Amino acid sequence: MPEMNMIEAIRDAMDVKMSQDPDVLVFGEDVGYFGGVFRATAGLQEKHGLHRCFDTPISEGGIVGIAIGMAANGLRPVAEIQFADYIYPAYDQIASEAARLRYRSNGDFTAPLTIRTPVGGGIYGGTTHSQSPEALFTHIAGLKTVIPSNPYDAKGLLIAAIEDNDPVLFLEPKRLYNGPFDGDPHAPAKAWRGHKLGDVPAGHYRVEIGEARKLQKGVDVTVLAYGTMVWVAQKVAQDLGIDADIIDLRSLLPLDIEMIEKSVNKTGRCVILHEATRTSGFGAELAAQVQERCFYALEAPILRVTGWDTPYPHAQEWAYFPGPKRVGNALRTVMEA
Amino acid sequence: MAKKPSKKSEPKTDKDELLSYYREMLLIRRFEEKAGQLYGMGQIAGFCHLYIGQEAVVTGCRAAMKDGDQMITGYRDHAHMLACGMESRGIMAELTGRSGGLSRGKGGSMHMFSTEKHFYGGHGIVGAQVPLGAGLGFANKYLGNGSVSLAFFGDGASNQGQVYETFNMAKLWDLPVVFIIENNQYAMGTSVERSSAETELYKRGSSFEIEGIQVDGMNVLEVRDAAAKAIKHARDGKGPMILEMKTYRYRGHSMSDPAKYRSRDEVTKTRSERDPIDAVRHQLLDKGWADEADLKALDKEIKEIVKDAADFSLESPEPDPSELWTDVLLPVEG
Ligand SMILES: Cc1ncc(C[n+]2csc(CCOP(=O)(O)OP(=O)(O)O)c2C)c(N)n1
Ligand SMILES: [Mg+2]
Repeated sequence: MPEMNMIEAIRDAMDVKMSQDPDVLVFGEDVGYFGGVFRATAGLQEKHGLHRCFDTPISEGGIVGIAIGMAANGLRPVAEIQFADYIYPAYDQIASEAARLRYRSNGDFTAPLTIRTPVGGGIYGGTTHSQSPEALFTHIAGLKTVIPSNPYDAKGLLIAAIEDNDPVLFLEPKRLYNGPFDGDPHAPAKAWRGHKLGDVPAGHYRVEIGEARKLQKGVDVTVLAYGTMVWVAQKVAQDLGIDADIIDLRSLLPLDIEMIEKSVNKTGRCVILHEATRTSGFGAELAAQVQERCFYALEAPILRVTGWDTPYPHAQEWAYFPGPKRVGNALRTVMEA
Repeated sequence: MAKKPSKKSEPKTDKDELLSYYREMLLIRRFEEKAGQLYGMGQIAGFCHLYIGQEAVVTGCRAAMKDGDQMITGYRDHAHMLACGMESRGIMAELTGRSGGLSRGKGGSMHMFSTEKHFYGGHGIVGAQVPLGAGLGFANKYLGNGSVSLAFFGDGASNQGQVYETFNMAKLWDLPVVFIIENNQYAMGTSVERSSAETELYKRGSSFEIEGIQVDGMNVLEVRDAAAKAIKHARDGKGPMILEMKTYRYRGHSMSDPAKYRSRDEVTKTRSERDPIDAVRHQLLDKGWADEADLKALDKEIKEIVKDAADFSLESPEPDPSELWTDVLLPVEG
């Protein structure tokens, strides 16, 4: 199987869909001619033509709004928002239009569009280039939100998102583009090459939206994570010798609550990780659902390890990032309870 | 409404003035070159957008401002801060993310401020500073303080919807704000032609009845005169004007820029034919207002300032861990 990093896998998903379906269009800022700031669309314009892969002005509200109109009229747009931090001008279009079209029109109209956008820290981007705003979107009924943690899932999930008949927000943890990052910024960077999830099948395949991935089976504690935090969890559990049941959610909404429930009922312990700020973060939703379903199986309070309730700092990026130390403390605490 | 520059008589200047513009522009250039070096050495992390090539724009505008007038801009902001008289040490130390930085390492290259120097940032979100600039103008008008705000933004930013909402309100209420479009022809890897239906950006205010002027942004005196006109217009209660500064950035958009979107020739040609600092240098020499030795001495002096800033930025300690939680909200007294 071809080996790919996450960028290549994402590009390949768009390439596969553009080749199969003339209604799939790819656009955004610097996406066409330049090939995207992270190179995710490099070569697509040459291959599929200027009319199918093109540049937009810096107009996030317009980009998403126009994509919704295209989608309502039969196309399958894949819009890129260059960083998730720039998505806010488009929030109105996403919340009020894309997510509501089906409901408002009694199912007459839908907006099958995909919005791809990089999230998370790890590149010293500071307050305006590091955010993880997923909870702002999982709070919107009528929208699906997914976030892969590896090349294999990225490709399959993006294909499923493009084929989905509802709007899907596709979040790309930018720190994972080139390799699995386990939370130590000083360790040499790892590549996807040689990693089993860097083996990406050629051609079409789907990773279904709404299905989590059991990253590793264990009996001691359930770890719920997504994006970058998945790899931090795995490394920390290994280092501490904790036999963790690690669930990579992949899809936040819809959520694979069955897998979560089964796991927590088995382990009786649950730690939730995300990079986003803590208050009203997606972890709060997870904790609520877990206790609703698994309260009597729990042997310890559910713990969350998250970013602090501050903007993402520039210089103190790694003090903000919920790295191995904080994750380790939480795992030890629930194990001792 | 909007008009192209007409060929007019040479702008007036004198020795001291021209030397001061030269000095200001050279300081910006040397500062940015040093920032580029520090970045290359791994001392600056993340984003770092250099202003090299565009020095005449902010220098000319600043020359036309009065005390109390404000500036606000995007992320390509180091030069604006230097022009406002902010400490080169504090700017450089913010780039290196140290406690001596103007934002104590919280902001990085794109996010610095000084109420004292009337510099309102430093904003990483493209176009977001434009309504803020108009809001500064609104407050000036309401407070009757006679000040004018200058809102700088790029050709790329000029396509953001909120810019047009702002134009409308600024004219509707005749706010004392000047919109300065720094048209360096590219927004990252996308040229104006590939992103803009109307590429003559000074016309962008036409449907709001905002007068626009296209200015040679590589000529510090023309910039100054256009800015003076627009600032006076705003201060006289006649509302906003738009100045489209035709300029050019020599370096990449940020530090990692494959530069595949333009030819090396284009960059070299602009550098050799339109460089704003060379132009002033020649003027100074031609008029006999300075000789090579004077300019060399000035260059040396500026290099010292920049070196001092760089040294400071490397010696300044990392921010204290407690800084992580400061300035999120005003602490509640308990
Ligand atoms: C809302 C938003 N969208 C996109 C970006 C990413 N971005 C940063 S700078 C830039 C190009 C802006 O170009 P221009 O306005 O011409 O300014 P210049 O960089 O040329 O000074 C883009 C697309 C951003 N920071 N904010
Ligand atoms: Mg530009």
